[in-house]
Amino acid sequence: MDHPVILKISNLSKSFGPVRALQGVDLELRRGEIHAIAGENGAGKSTLMKVIDGILRPDSGDIVIDGKPVAIASPTEAQKLGIGFVHQEIALCPDVSVAENIFMGVTNTSKALLMNYADLRKRASAILRQLGDIDASALVRTLSISQQQLVEIAKALTLDCRILIFDEPTAALTEREAKILFEIIHRLASQGIAIIYISHRMAEIFDNCDRVTVLRDGRYITTRDIKDTTPEQVVAAMVGRVIDKLYPEKQRADERSEEIILDVSNLSGTTRFRDVSFQLRKGEILGLGGLIGAGRSEIVKGICRLEAEVTGTIAVHGKPLSLTHYGDSIDAGMVYLSEDRKGDGLFLDMSIASNISALAVERVASRAGLINTSRETRQAQELGRRLALKCGHVNDAVSTLSGGNQQKVAIAKMLSVAPKVIFLDEPTRGVDVGAKAEIHRIVRDLARSGVGVVIISSELPELIGVCDRVLVVREGRITGEVAGDDMTEENIMYLASIADERPRAA
Amino acid sequence: MATTSNPVNGEAGSTGNALGRLFRMRETGLILIIAVLFIVMSFASPYFLTWDNMRAMAMAFAVEGIVVVGMTILLISGGIDLSVGSVTALAMVIAGWLFLNGLDPWTASLVAILACTAIGAIMGFFVTRVGLHHFIVSLAVMVIARGLCLLGTGGRPLGLYTLPPEFKFIGQGSIGPIPVVIVIFVLFVAVFDFMLRRTTIFRKVFYTGSNEKAAAYSGIRTSKVIFLTTTLCAALSGVAGIIYMARFGSAQPTFGVGMELNVIAAAVIGGASLKGGSGTILGAILGTILLSVVSSSLALLDVSIYWQDIIRGSILLTAVTIDHYLNKRRG
Repeated sequence: MDHPVILKISNLSKSFGPVRALQGVDLELRRGEIHAIAGENGAGKSTLMKVIDGILRPDSGDIVIDGKPVAIASPTEAQKLGIGFVHQEIALCPDVSVAENIFMGVTNTSKALLMNYADLRKRASAILRQLGDIDASALVRTLSISQQQLVEIAKALTLDCRILIFDEPTAALTEREAKILFEIIHRLASQGIAIIYISHRMAEIFDNCDRVTVLRDGRYITTRDIKDTTPEQVVAAMVGRVIDKLYPEKQRADERSEEIILDVSNLSGTTRFRDVSFQLRKGEILGLGGLIGAGRSEIVKGICRLEAEVTGTIAVHGKPLSLTHYGDSIDAGMVYLSEDRKGDGLFLDMSIASNISALAVERVASRAGLINTSRETRQAQELGRRLALKCGHVNDAVSTLSGGNQQKVAIAKMLSVAPKVIFLDEPTRGVDVGAKAEIHRIVRDLARSGVGVVIISSELPELIGVCDRVLVVREGRITGEVAGDDMTEENIMYLASIADERPRAA
Repeated sequence: MATTSNPVNGEAGSTGNALGRLFRMRETGLILIIAVLFIVMSFASPYFLTWDNMRAMAMAFAVEGIVVVGMTILLISGGIDLSVGSVTALAMVIAGWLFLNGLDPWTASLVAILACTAIGAIMGFFVTRVGLHHFIVSLAVMVIARGLCLLGTGGRPLGLYTLPPEFKFIGQGSIGPIPVVIVIFVLFVAVFDFMLRRTTIFRKVFYTGSNEKAAAYSGIRTSKVIFLTTTLCAALSGVAGIIYMARFGSAQPTFGVGMELNVIAAAVIGGASLKGGSGTILGAILGTILLSVVSSSLALLDVSIYWQDIIRGSILLTAVTIDHYLNKRRG
């Protein structure tokens, strides 16, 4: 089989300040192939795609399309070169018809004064016919997620694309919908369109793609024919990194305790997770691993009653709890550190001190409900010192702090209520390496002092480096547990992405 | 606010310089502007710095100031209420109508204030339970309350000539040289300013307005908070309506048209943000005073009433623009 190469990228680099997102990346794309790009979160997949789509300009490196070197300066230019991008997040106008959405790009550049809706609808229907049963005049908001995804694909197809990029398109789809999507992708490929398919689900890659390119830490690792490789080899290539000594010492054997701090059994939510049971022992740091969207945050929020409607039992220190609201959970000593620090973790325009006291203002107030500002300031200073918070004054707004220090304020807020169990959701996302190590140390100290700690992290090295035991969640269920020497990136990735195929792959 | 200056790590670079802090405060700027206006006006018009004019100005903003207090708290929680003018008038009409039908004025006033509180609770219900926006809910209530006023009076003011003097004292009397209205106003401002700065309940108002999701993620029942501030704002409008009734000795169904704009403008000039999370009672009152001084000055200078509106609107736009840039620099 001799496919002419449609896109060839060589030695591409891109830095954001000191962060080298891509370093000497190569990629070769052939006409009519489905080419998977695999890599962990942060491996550089999205950066590479943004360069191809003209959203980002590379610092160095060559992009050759059909044998001609090109510089892709903008998404519009990418479109002219025949590059289409189906984004992970659906970016459609919900209150506008399917046809208008599909031709948004065309309308945008059209010089005509009036819209020709009849023509628009006719052309949209023609494109939609090859994708599935969608009414061109329906409003986008009335469509299901998978149908909306098809509209996104239709949008890309209107531009006569020869290269079509899919960024984790199945993340929001059911299995059946995903199957239909793959049928469409195969059909497009057979028409000669080159497909770039981004995913870290091994099953999808091995069932549908022709070749796979692996990126790790912004570097090109390898490109393989799917038929000549195995999921294990790809996972190993994705994660094969030596774990450094940045992490604090783990729980020592003499610190092991059988005392159970938190006991969760048969916890089920309405849709996102079901039948979750686990125990958290004194002194250990328990990790929750899994892919983004696997339901880890939802489980933890369910335990704290930040998500409504859960069934199952939760006991802290052997005492069963009946919670109806997150306030009850705080009172019972269970607190949750949000993964979205800016969105729902902090009050950015308020002072550091009042952020720290937000979980229980009553603690710095008199019984009559009057806040004692000097007590509030003192609390902030004490917790700030304990966490080595670097700030001017605790009355300054949180927005004046760096990401790492903001995160320390968020953690101080949790500690202000002297919690028994603390759930940390992506506690080091967006903080620099130094602050990251400090946060890891803080977390270890907490566990040593007898606080139950549960960490959610999508960064495997962090999970392995910090936790004593990791539960892996896939599609809302705990699919396995690893501890000690079994706690490897391969094992966690395996349980997170391909657990079901173990017999076949082995 | 207690501003001790103790950097957490004992490091240098404290920004807790008390004087600098004072100068950065919105209130200081407003006081300066008001002071400059006073000086300029005392030269421009011989009537400006007279006791009568001061008294008239104070009377003009004092009652509205009580509504400003409620609006500011509501704005801090992230809400807004366009119905304050109509609800103020409705309080007058309900109390006046009950009085004319034989109820004593005190009970009538209490019932009227409770009715306004209930209106606030209904708005709170639609916002927090049904999930509608404050703007729309209060817009509808603004029209409905005005309709009720006109319905109850046939569109004509109710003359309340038989109001007992001790009731009229609220709106017309003086304690020494100070009008009772001013005393009530200062009381409300002091109490709510203190509560807003110091009580846990009102701290939760700030948390909710600053970031509703983060507040929920701190265990705060944000819908209760918003319900409370919505109800409080309407209740204070009711209180204002009663004081107006005592002052005018009548109930005017068309009173307070456009009041919401004045009140919101005052709060915003005083530092309240329409996005919620910031604002002070003191600032809002200074905003009210500023607008009132400007109106009075323009009247004394014989500026046409049409120009006055244009100038007031321009002041609002200027204040908000300056604030926007200050915020951008800070953020």
